[in-house]
Amino acid sequence: MLDDFMTRATLAGIGVAFAAAPLGCLVVWRRMADFGDATAHAAILGVALSLAFQISIFTGALVVALIMALTVTFLTGRGYAMDTLLGVMAHSALAFGLVAVSFLSGVRIDLMAYLFGDILAVSRTDLIVIWGGAALVVALITWRWSQLLTATLNEELAYASGFDPKREQLILTLALAVTVAVAIKVVGVLLIAAMLIIPAAAARSLARSPESMALIAAAIGAFSAIAGLRSAYMFDTPAGPSIVCVAAILFAFFSLAGWNANRTS
Amino acid sequence: MPLVSVEGLSVRYGANTVLHHVDMTIEPGEIVTIVGPNGSGKTSLLRAIIGATQPAAGQISRQQGLKIGYVPQKLHIDPTLPITVGRFMRLTDRVSHRQCMDALESAGVPDLLKRQMSQLSGGQFQRVLLARALINRPALLLLDEATQGLDQPGSAAFYRQIEAVRHEAGCAILMISHELHVVMSASDRVICLNGHVCCEGSPAVVASAPEYRALFGTGTGGALALYRHDHDHDHDHCDHSQDAAE
Repeated sequence: MLDDFMTRATLAGIGVAFAAAPLGCLVVWRRMADFGDATAHAAILGVALSLAFQISIFTGALVVALIMALTVTFLTGRGYAMDTLLGVMAHSALAFGLVAVSFLSGVRIDLMAYLFGDILAVSRTDLIVIWGGAALVVALITWRWSQLLTATLNEELAYASGFDPKREQLILTLALAVTVAVAIKVVGVLLIAAMLIIPAAAARSLARSPESMALIAAAIGAFSAIAGLRSAYMFDTPAGPSIVCVAAILFAFFSLAGWNANRTS
Repeated sequence: MPLVSVEGLSVRYGANTVLHHVDMTIEPGEIVTIVGPNGSGKTSLLRAIIGATQPAAGQISRQQGLKIGYVPQKLHIDPTLPITVGRFMRLTDRVSHRQCMDALESAGVPDLLKRQMSQLSGGQFQRVLLARALINRPALLLLDEATQGLDQPGSAAFYRQIEAVRHEAGCAILMISHELHVVMSASDRVICLNGHVCCEGSPAVVASAPEYRALFGTGTGGALALYRHDHDHDHDHCDHSQDAAE
């Protein structure tokens, strides 16, 4: 069954959707969309470094994404605003990454594959890495869910209940870096933030609790992966962007439906 | 044995010292109110007590296993986060449906369980926050200007509820308040703070101040009234050397 590239691609897409859903909800609630975007963009530097040193793309991207996210978390509130820092770090990492890639002679590198993903080329090993990473992210977030939610609502509430919201922020940062690393192959660095935010945003108007929002986002993400790949196959369009397009259409549809229901009720 | 004792506490943000050498204790079952002008370090003191701010000097000891119920000054729930009152009540503690109902009932909002938090009025919202803080039967309840944004009758009703809660649950209460009439009626002890403890004592002592009487009810901010009175009154534990320095 796994011999079929379409099956492997679909499974890879669903894996990323599952990891991105609960994480994406937290990113949306905490207004960290820029943070996710910046972490993802920085990962291209990781890709360049791993090609240069011939280590796995996953490791390189994970390390750079993690360094980027930790640096921003650490520096915020020490004289720079978050969005300024993100702008500086993300775009310089992206620029350095693109420059570094141009130095790599010998290997013909299809940069498009890393910017927009290459889901149809997912191997069995990639699939293990993606599902392993996704399982780790889902396990981590499920384990800390109630603390993450409390820290999202109010920092003092977290302290008063006896845990440190800064540690929860760190866990979130770690989960984000892992998700970025596993999603590069599927949607590419430029569209990872879309997989985080769009399914979560689309789920908002359907959900009545934080948990249901995460589950609905997972369903919307998985459906987008399946339908996006189908349409990419049928219309011969790029796979990663097609997945994001389906998610965006679902977002528009559910938002309009929700808006309409609110207006008439 | 006190629930919380603060000794020689100093808090600094960068070069800015917001609290210096604060001593205070909270005994089981008492209601203590902290008053003081803006920027006097009231919220910093509360944050230090829950461990959200690291002291620059001094120490804070909490009774072993002390359960704290915390009602924040303001809780912003992002509009993208759907959450019902019932789910919010279970935020940090595993509690039964029965406990939820009881806590909401004793906070005076029994019928809100299935409502979205975003649909509540200001008064309902504060009462739900109070109910959540009470749900694990804390020994100490902390309220940081919990009536901000409520109108006069609304906040009066809210504080009557708190008195009832103290009566029922027997927990100690430490609150920050701008509203002096509440301080007068409900507190066992008032601490006047302005970077340091200016003055503390029973509300009766405070009530005898002529400046306080002159200002009481004019709505110009009870905290200011209380802060002024102690310049020509002698209370236990007064220290004005810092005022001269500032």
